[in-house]
Amino acid sequence: MEITSLNKAFEQKRSGSATLGTFEEQNWSSFDQWGLPALKHEEWKYTRIRTLFKEGMLVDGAVSSLSEETIHQHFLPGELAANAVVFVNGIYQSALSHYTAGTDQLIVKSLETAAGDEDADFVKKHLGHSQQYHKDGINALNGAFAAGGVFIRAKKGKQVVDPVVIYHFSDSTTGFRFSQPRILVHAEAASELQILETYIRIGSEESLTNEVIEICAETDAHVHYVKLQNEGTGASHTGTTHIRQLGRCTTHAVTITLSGMLVRNNLNMIMEAANSESHMYGLYLLNGKTLADNHTIVDNQMPNCLSNELYKGIMDEESTGVFNGKIFVRQDAQKTNAYQSNKNILIGNQSSANTKPQLEIFADDVKCSHGCTVGKLDENALFYLKARGIPDDKAKALLLHAFAVDVLDQIKSDAIRAYADQLISERLSYSE
Amino acid sequence: MLKIDNLQARIEEKEILKGINLEIKPGEVHAIMGPNGSGKSTLASVLAGREDYEVTGGSVDFLGKDLLEMAPEDRAKEGLFLAFQYPVEIPGVSTTNFIKTAVNEKRKYQGLEPLDAAQFLKTMKEKMQLVQINQSLLSRSLNEGFSGGEKKRNEIFQMAMLEPKLGILDETDSGLDIDALRIVANGVNQLRSKDNAFLVVTHYQRLLDYIVPDFVHVLYNGKIVRSGTKELALELEEKGYDFIKAELEATTA
Repeated sequence: MEITSLNKAFEQKRSGSATLGTFEEQNWSSFDQWGLPALKHEEWKYTRIRTLFKEGMLVDGAVSSLSEETIHQHFLPGELAANAVVFVNGIYQSALSHYTAGTDQLIVKSLETAAGDEDADFVKKHLGHSQQYHKDGINALNGAFAAGGVFIRAKKGKQVVDPVVIYHFSDSTTGFRFSQPRILVHAEAASELQILETYIRIGSEESLTNEVIEICAETDAHVHYVKLQNEGTGASHTGTTHIRQLGRCTTHAVTITLSGMLVRNNLNMIMEAANSESHMYGLYLLNGKTLADNHTIVDNQMPNCLSNELYKGIMDEESTGVFNGKIFVRQDAQKTNAYQSNKNILIGNQSSANTKPQLEIFADDVKCSHGCTVGKLDENALFYLKARGIPDDKAKALLLHAFAVDVLDQIKSDAIRAYADQLISERLSYSE
Repeated sequence: MLKIDNLQARIEEKEILKGINLEIKPGEVHAIMGPNGSGKSTLASVLAGREDYEVTGGSVDFLGKDLLEMAPEDRAKEGLFLAFQYPVEIPGVSTTNFIKTAVNEKRKYQGLEPLDAAQFLKTMKEKMQLVQINQSLLSRSLNEGFSGGEKKRNEIFQMAMLEPKLGILDETDSGLDIDALRIVANGVNQLRSKDNAFLVVTHYQRLLDYIVPDFVHVLYNGKIVRSGTKELALELEEKGYDFIKAELEATTA
């Protein structure tokens, strides 16, 4: 795989980072070795990622003409008090970011800084852990450009009340924009942290965001993560959310995909401590030719853990939903309870769903269940609503909304949930 | 109000209704009785517009309009109501929101303003008493986890909210104990007026002790084979459906 602009961009920045230079070099050579995944790569069989990489793609994140005003216009509406972390073209912009939480609760700084100060040991130890699960060029390519990333730490015993909202702006006004945000999060013991990631493309050209976020939660931490994707049909996305439970704790992830060209979400829950709990919810509501591919991994390594997973898809028109749910139960992970469910509704005649549970169980005293369905709207329910005078389109919207709502309900923040609900209701052209 | 003329319908390749004739006038209560498989529920479903059934002949006039040409939602808005034999559980749709949507869709159709929250609540409170239904039930998802009796009461409650001209009760008594049956029947009786009508489909005479019909029809093998007054129901209860079958066989022999 030869993309001149990628090579040039890497050459230009080579050894530019004092603290992350080695990490970037290692990743660049891995990228060189692995290349971009092709369809024959089992993990990428539905998702043709290589064709997205184009000669002449804009790689240099520093160049953007987006004004502060433009950025702020796209902040989430309403009464949402938030710690806003802004990325433009994959580079963390401290000047555009602002925080409601004090530094006694929340630390946000560039990854490059963190790799050279009091957090250096942590960064060294945990940055890049996701690669153990994704030995492919996509993950490595992000690593080769890690220095523009951000480091976030919730302090021990502190509740960060307002969510940390990470805005990813892609400026595609002058050409195909390629952005590679990198994020490392440290939720210290007994801290409480909500994270929302959302993506905004500005400009009429297409874009691709290749992201890696790694979150480490320590004992008794509560991490609640939401990824909300509604970037429009010209935007593609490949992202990995890698959540490690370093101590006994509870983590939630909710992934909502409403639009995009090609969207690939990897979500990993690495359960490294006994008695932990993890929850993974997903909703993909697709139309047009959107392809949304959710690959999840739950890695149960220690005993007495609970993992619960529910992904739901609604595919209209020519869209495609892919779900692949891997669950590992390692030999030591006795008494694991692992549940997985994927439900799909096809509305469009040309739409499709691919779903695959993948359980690898090495312990002998565990409870695991999985199920997947692909179907249409329940005709009986539809008739019942219509028999009460509710028109066909509204009845369908009501049922689809009802189908989606148990994923939506998992979003903890009222403001974020209401916002996501509004987007979904608008899409179903139904509002109360 | 309703005039059914030689109605024939089938599901897939199976003929179920083989020429039904029935006229219902305002203020009347008609009961349709018959053994299992005679076509009672099919008749109710065809009238409500369920698409599983194909109408192969005949006509139905409802308030001067061709009922069979109308979509199910328009039939409802014109004033037809089917109380389901098996009300559907719909998780994620709150009962209250559902009823509010239905009521306001009907009002829109009638050219009326939608009810505001306060008016809706007031109407709801009134009608809730009618079937002794609990507020907590209505804030739950539609029929989800409701007992059989609660589901049927919810049907009658919806009927009270929508104030139909013709209420069709499809085996509303099935699965009800006597107390629930009394509550449901009492609700229906309070809704009776000289302007509306009811078609009560039932297998047993028991319900007709509480909802007293003006006319009773016996449906057998896709046709109405006998019509009479409420005494016919008592006769059926006493002799069973076999006597009708025997009679029919005697006349055709």
